[in-house]
Amino acid sequence: MVARRGEEWLPIAEKVLAHATRAGATEAEVLVMAEDAQLTRFANSEIHQNVAETNAQINLRFVSGKKIGVASGGRLDDDGLRRIAQQAAVISRNVEELPDWAGLPEPTPIVDVPAAFSDETAGATPEMRAGAVRDVIAAADEAGVIAYGSFSTTTESIAIVNSRGVRAAQQRTSSQLITVSMAPDGGSGYAEQAGVGTGAIDAIRIGREAAEKARATGNAQALEPGDYPVVLEEYAVVDVLDMLGYLGFSALAVQEERSFVEPGKKVGSDLVSIWDDGSDPAGLPIAFDYEGVAKQRVELLEHGVCQGVVYDTQTAARDGKRSTGHGLPAPNPYGPFPLNMLMGSGQASRDELIGGLDRGLLVTRFHYTNPVHPKLAIVTGMTRDGTFLVEGGRIVGPVRNLRFTQSYLKALEGISGVSRDRKCLKGFLGGVVVPAVRIDAFTFTGATEH
Amino acid sequence: MPELTDRALDTAAQRGASYADIRIVRRTDESIAVKSGRVEGVSSGETEGFGVRVVVDGAWGFASSHLLEPAEIDRVAAEAVRIARASATALRRPVELDDRPPANGTYETPVQEDPFAVSLETKIGGLLAADEAARKVKRVTFTEATYAALRDHKVFAASDGSSTDQTITHVGAAVEANAIEGDEHQRRSYPDAGGGWGAAGYEFVRSLDLTGHAGAYAEEAVALLSAPQCPSGRATIVLDPSQLYLQIHESCGHPTELDRVFGTEASYAGTSFLTTDKLEQGFRYGSDLVTIVADATAPGGLGTFGWDDEGVAAQSAPLVQDGIFVGYLSSRETAPRIGRRSIGAMRADGWNRIPLIRMTNVNLLPRPGMSLPEIVEDTDDGLYLASNRSWSIDDRRLNFQFATEVAYEIKGGKKGRLFKNPTYTGITYEFWRSCDAVGDERSYVMLGTPNCGKGEPGQVGHVGHAVPGARFRNVQIGVGKW
Repeated sequence: MVARRGEEWLPIAEKVLAHATRAGATEAEVLVMAEDAQLTRFANSEIHQNVAETNAQINLRFVSGKKIGVASGGRLDDDGLRRIAQQAAVISRNVEELPDWAGLPEPTPIVDVPAAFSDETAGATPEMRAGAVRDVIAAADEAGVIAYGSFSTTTESIAIVNSRGVRAAQQRTSSQLITVSMAPDGGSGYAEQAGVGTGAIDAIRIGREAAEKARATGNAQALEPGDYPVVLEEYAVVDVLDMLGYLGFSALAVQEERSFVEPGKKVGSDLVSIWDDGSDPAGLPIAFDYEGVAKQRVELLEHGVCQGVVYDTQTAARDGKRSTGHGLPAPNPYGPFPLNMLMGSGQASRDELIGGLDRGLLVTRFHYTNPVHPKLAIVTGMTRDGTFLVEGGRIVGPVRNLRFTQSYLKALEGISGVSRDRKCLKGFLGGVVVPAVRIDAFTFTGATEH
Repeated sequence: MPELTDRALDTAAQRGASYADIRIVRRTDESIAVKSGRVEGVSSGETEGFGVRVVVDGAWGFASSHLLEPAEIDRVAAEAVRIARASATALRRPVELDDRPPANGTYETPVQEDPFAVSLETKIGGLLAADEAARKVKRVTFTEATYAALRDHKVFAASDGSSTDQTITHVGAAVEANAIEGDEHQRRSYPDAGGGWGAAGYEFVRSLDLTGHAGAYAEEAVALLSAPQCPSGRATIVLDPSQLYLQIHESCGHPTELDRVFGTEASYAGTSFLTTDKLEQGFRYGSDLVTIVADATAPGGLGTFGWDDEGVAAQSAPLVQDGIFVGYLSSRETAPRIGRRSIGAMRADGWNRIPLIRMTNVNLLPRPGMSLPEIVEDTDDGLYLASNRSWSIDDRRLNFQFATEVAYEIKGGKKGRLFKNPTYTGITYEFWRSCDAVGDERSYVMLGTPNCGKGEPGQVGHVGHAVPGARFRNVQIGVGKW
């Protein structure tokens, strides 16, 4: 079942808005989030889980003066819609005023992003996904390894109306294929591809990339932890951006003094530029945020220097600014978030990045990372699915996985090479476009047995 | 409800399913967040829908919808069958389920004070008071107090005649103080970093007494700003329950999930070092003092229920007995592969997710002898670590590293000065083998985590951990450079 076009949810949103007005709201915002999502999961070179979901959730922010209540529900009948308004009204009557309540956003000119939607993804079938999975498994069989992974296709509709005149609707799609291949000698390899359309997904190539890496990582040798220069593949770099987005690129993090961001402060090498852009078709675009505010491009780091942070309506008002279109659904104690981060590409090929390592490590991806010291962006995590020792600019063999405890800011500072090619990958909350990088020093603090 | 469940099961059977089940779930939730004296967010939500799971030609299919209508039941059941047929085109091991008696009956979390009936004014007032008590402490930068309640009403029916009706209620609350100066950010949370959680009513929140504890925790957050850095090296550590529960969660709970062992989570969360040959060998997981069970019948636990989400009755099953690895968290599909029956650990996060093997209440059983304070008295030189700050473990659950909010120096059996930014690391079985003291019944408390992530698409699980505190020798502490 293909989700209704985003616009088709507007009448339902309007009905809830009318119920809220009748219930005494001085301001109100209705957000409808609907999705048709499917995911085919495989392990041991067979499909073992295969699921589909049709869902819709209506979220009402009911404002009475400076008192705010939020209620949500999934029923689309009139009783269900009325009940949401009643529930939110009850909450608003029982809460304290927010003294600095900024009000709901005014309408902003929204530019449609046609590149956010793909008919192929919206029309994807279980048979199509199973076919792609069979391609991955065939590549694994050919290489004598076992395939694991998932192929997901999602159509998401968002409609927002508010009492100040915001009327916004969009429909977007995303697809993602990830594969871990495992070899009988303990090797494992990873590959991933994400995009708006399934047409961009090359299952055979992904299957081969993971399988070849699995073949290359068998019988890995132990390596003493310590400081090594590294080349991080794109699959690892996405974690760096995600973590910095979470820890620092939000206006709320700055306002609460827990962010590392200070405008004009240099935190990365000249090669590092990071921005958020919801309209860039290289990522997973989105035209407006969950408050119905048009997405603005926000420069986060330019040649290593802190620039801006992302805002929603409330955090923007506190700083006397306008929202940059990065609000999340209410209530949102986490603040705004950059959902469409991109990092600028460089000049190097992958081989040139590796060639610049005298003695160092090539890391495919990170696993289970978590901040140890948030303000310094010190993060711990493991390497996974392909870690190699490089000597004299050449890969000499696989090493067992290592634990790192490393400031991601210091890592940015030490970037001495950036690849010219970038990959679109799914990050913590949205699409992230990243290159591979070379970092002059990275601190590994432990090792494991595989 | 039977007309809808029967309809789904009949449609699935007519279209070729050899097995089918349906869960109809209505989830009601409420959350309140207070930040530095401001009521930042109050929300209530309701979501209702159903999920149909089928086996066709030996393969699984699952489809779900929020539209609880007869026509949609037909469409979704048919879609589940179509999906299963697609799965069958890439199948090597047809699904075989263990036989279990059909499940029939009702279950309800014991609740003294319905959290959804308590007035918002009372709940918000309690949080504002706790938040204010924390904010009164000078040099505190910001504070947070939170409350959440969740209720799932679940109707389950399967083609083997099973039919259950369960109402599960969970509540949680917490207060935290953050002190920030320069690059230093210190936090103390009560009762622990994940909040206090239980399968109970609002009486559980009252019993936490957030306001009574908030001031002392805030003072400790400020004191940590000027505390010395946690030293590096090998040390004896005593883990408070507020950290020990997460150690068990990550290093025993997840690696004993049998689906991970069989590789079905390999592409996302990883696999497990506790392979089935280790079960046959009687692998030494920990010291003789270490006995860990998965107990879905434990009172008040977030993993307590009547039946799991494929109709297996709640039970207590040993995972580690006197240090020896003896069992797994399992399902009807995975247990027969090791010649056992499911221990009833299949749980789904709502109507739109399939059941996965999840922890129930994975508990470290107390040992007669010493209470936790007596373990401290029995320790000459070490660190006492409390309340988790960060966690990380490798994809086979061997190499872990934890940071806690606070460490207290132990000298001559007494807790003394604070250390900031404590961390410790190790290899799972080496760590548990170094356990030389486990607290007794007097220190045994039920805690829980409401944010256990697993699966694709992602699922968030509520799981319980009853723990008494424990001591470990020769542990690497103070990892990383500041």
